[in-house]
Amino acid sequence: MAPEPSILAVSVSPHIRSGESVEKIMWTVVACLLPPLILSIFIFGFQTLIITLISVASCVVVEAVSQKLLHRPITIKDGSAVITGLLLAYIIPPGVPYWMPILGSVMAIYVAKHLLGGIGFNFFNPALIGRAFLVATFPVAMTSAWLPPIRHASIFKYMGGGVDAVSTATPLYVLKHYGLGAVIEKFGSISTIYGNFFIGWRPGCIGETSALLLLLGGLFLLYKKYITWHIPVSMIGTIALLTWAFGGERAFGGDPLLAILSGGVIIGAFFMATDYVTSPSQPTAKLIFGVCIGALTVLIRLKGGYPEGVCYAILLMNPLTPAFELWFKPKRFAAQKGALK
Amino acid sequence: MNKGLLTFPKGGVHPPESKELTEHLPVEAVPVPSQVDILLTQHFGAPCEPVVKKKDQVAEGDRIGDVEAGLGASVHASVSGKVKNIGFAAHPITVRAPCITIETDTEAPPRKFEPCEWSSLSKEGLLAKIKKAGIVGIGGAGFPTHVKLSPPPEAKVDTLIINGAECEPYLTTDHRLMLEHAEEIIEGAKIILTILGIKQAHIGIEVNKADAIEAMMEAVSKASLNGFDVKVAPLKVKYPQGSEKQLIQSITGRKVPGFGLPFDVGVIVQNAGTTKAIYDAVVLDKPLYEKVITVSGKGIKRPANLLVRIGTRVSDIVSFLGGINEDLAKVVLGGPMMGFAVPSLDVPVIKTTSGILFLTQDEIDTSPHGQCIRCGWCLEACPMGLSPNEIGIYVEGGQAENTAQFGVFECFECGCCAYVCPAKRPLVQFIRLAKMKAKKSM
Ligand code: SF4
Ligand code: SF4
Repeated sequence: MAPEPSILAVSVSPHIRSGESVEKIMWTVVACLLPPLILSIFIFGFQTLIITLISVASCVVVEAVSQKLLHRPITIKDGSAVITGLLLAYIIPPGVPYWMPILGSVMAIYVAKHLLGGIGFNFFNPALIGRAFLVATFPVAMTSAWLPPIRHASIFKYMGGGVDAVSTATPLYVLKHYGLGAVIEKFGSISTIYGNFFIGWRPGCIGETSALLLLLGGLFLLYKKYITWHIPVSMIGTIALLTWAFGGERAFGGDPLLAILSGGVIIGAFFMATDYVTSPSQPTAKLIFGVCIGALTVLIRLKGGYPEGVCYAILLMNPLTPAFELWFKPKRFAAQKGALK
Repeated sequence: MNKGLLTFPKGGVHPPESKELTEHLPVEAVPVPSQVDILLTQHFGAPCEPVVKKKDQVAEGDRIGDVEAGLGASVHASVSGKVKNIGFAAHPITVRAPCITIETDTEAPPRKFEPCEWSSLSKEGLLAKIKKAGIVGIGGAGFPTHVKLSPPPEAKVDTLIINGAECEPYLTTDHRLMLEHAEEIIEGAKIILTILGIKQAHIGIEVNKADAIEAMMEAVSKASLNGFDVKVAPLKVKYPQGSEKQLIQSITGRKVPGFGLPFDVGVIVQNAGTTKAIYDAVVLDKPLYEKVITVSGKGIKRPANLLVRIGTRVSDIVSFLGGINEDLAKVVLGGPMMGFAVPSLDVPVIKTTSGILFLTQDEIDTSPHGQCIRCGWCLEACPMGLSPNEIGIYVEGGQAENTAQFGVFECFECGCCAYVCPAKRPLVQFIRLAKMKAKKSM
């Protein structure tokens, strides 16, 4: 007789699982988000790293405390709070005081994520709620703490005060209030602008400026099949198309490329609008979702009170996700017609 | 490399094939065990009544259990010997079942079978032989074959599909049967075509079995087909290619309607192993009392493809193969995607056992499950277009009875959803619970 194994696991099939896990997905996203952070140290200075670390640390702590308070399993190891911390820091200006991301993280993680049901049930993208809260509470800091990119100077240039003196304006602000001519006057010829903006050398939020590095990260997520192309493509395409049509002084005179390279379009399209919980799952629904975000972004940029609209556009669409899930369901095999004869 | 091959369009996954452990190993016969436990519920359908008594002498191949009602199939003695007991034994799926235990008479000579000419037999005659031999679908749920081969007259069946897809990882029994018994399988297909009164058959084989495809093609070209149109259909490697509905769609493009059966779209599917058993039943008059199984996984000392008697205990097979490895964590009867985990090695092989897997900790994944993160991967993986994520959330939320809207009853538990779920949610388990509680309505 063979020896009887003492404890055999008995569970329902399947008995093998794919190698993917929530941790793997989340930490891959974290890795994809790191290059823009490193670049931003050189663009806006060393304090961006400090702001980001504070944001990440406070998101992780708030996540642990929230889960403890609400008697839920503590899941800080899964990396999702780290992503929220990174994203929150990436979409605030580089000249804000260090305590600001802490407030933002309480709002993002405790209120937007855990009070609304925890992961899988939250209606809104937590990082965006954190930012929206900060904009509403500290409108001056959040809309003026912009810094001009550092040129030929130390990365510690902006450390320890003096920030107010150098504060600048974002391209979108200049564009909204003074027109394309003023943008060119301030940031150089249009081809210089495309080049610098693509790499990330422009005023803006901490991690949103480098279209290049964010695109590389986004493409890696696409390659890993962690996200699909539908939302980024439809959202960016819509912004380009509508800006071209309505964003200029005459019809079809807008600059679509400038529109995509400024503000938070790339980071929003690849890293925020694609958030699993707060975006639909079916391809058609994703396309419509992306188009709506793009259209709302352009609407806010052109007609709204703020120069940038990506954040609110995504937040406006987030709560419609359950409805999208209801309207667009997978096509049932059994509902298809038989093809006999 | 899989471009242009036949496949089904929606869902499916690519688990590691893990067939290299056994695919090159010829089938070897396991010595007759000292006793066998022959379960009276071997398969889908009514249980058998014993037709022997305790202490009766039986010979290899004798009928020992039979069933009058609808969907049963007879069972036969797999060894010669004495009926030791009629009681209960562990069952691989239903946990406990009535059982006839036979003590083997090691002196008894093995039974010999002579081939006979079948072409003069009528359709009824052929079906009677299949019924008498107790043939069931040995690749799946064990549906009695004589019933499956008697579709209602209004079903206009025009196509037979021989299922050699063998899409479950690890399993290599159909692979070996097609390599080693290609002629018999073709002959079996001809018998089925004769019974159905049709001409056309496709033999579906996934292209990871290139040698089997070649062997079957060669056998087709050498066989005297007398007007039958038999073709080999190479299939893309994608799980669950061998599921009836998916296979029919891959090969014929036809879609079996919800709650419908293959014959609703004019197709009958028979597994390659069952086709070989049909050949044995008709040409050799040999009942189904032994079968080929794959024994594999990193937890067994010597993986193998084995010819075993029905009723052989897993523990006897383990001894034959040199024992188990220390890190064994799970024993599964069947494939890793749809098979059943058993708590002990005391269970006997039944007609539908396609393999026994001895899996170690690194082959399975026992990490605890988390919340659904709504990645939607399960939706994409489900070949039936269901919403396993919602079913899981409803079941966890105590609303199992409201899950029919997500199609629980169309789920055939292929496991694709749970396989891909990054949160490791036990979706098939949730679905089974939902099926018990939900009211059947579309
Ligand atoms: S087990 Fe059911 S729900 Fe899951 S993928 Fe298979 S058919 Fe779909
Ligand atoms: S695969 Fe798992 S985590 Fe993803 S939606 Fe389905 S159940 Fe949720």
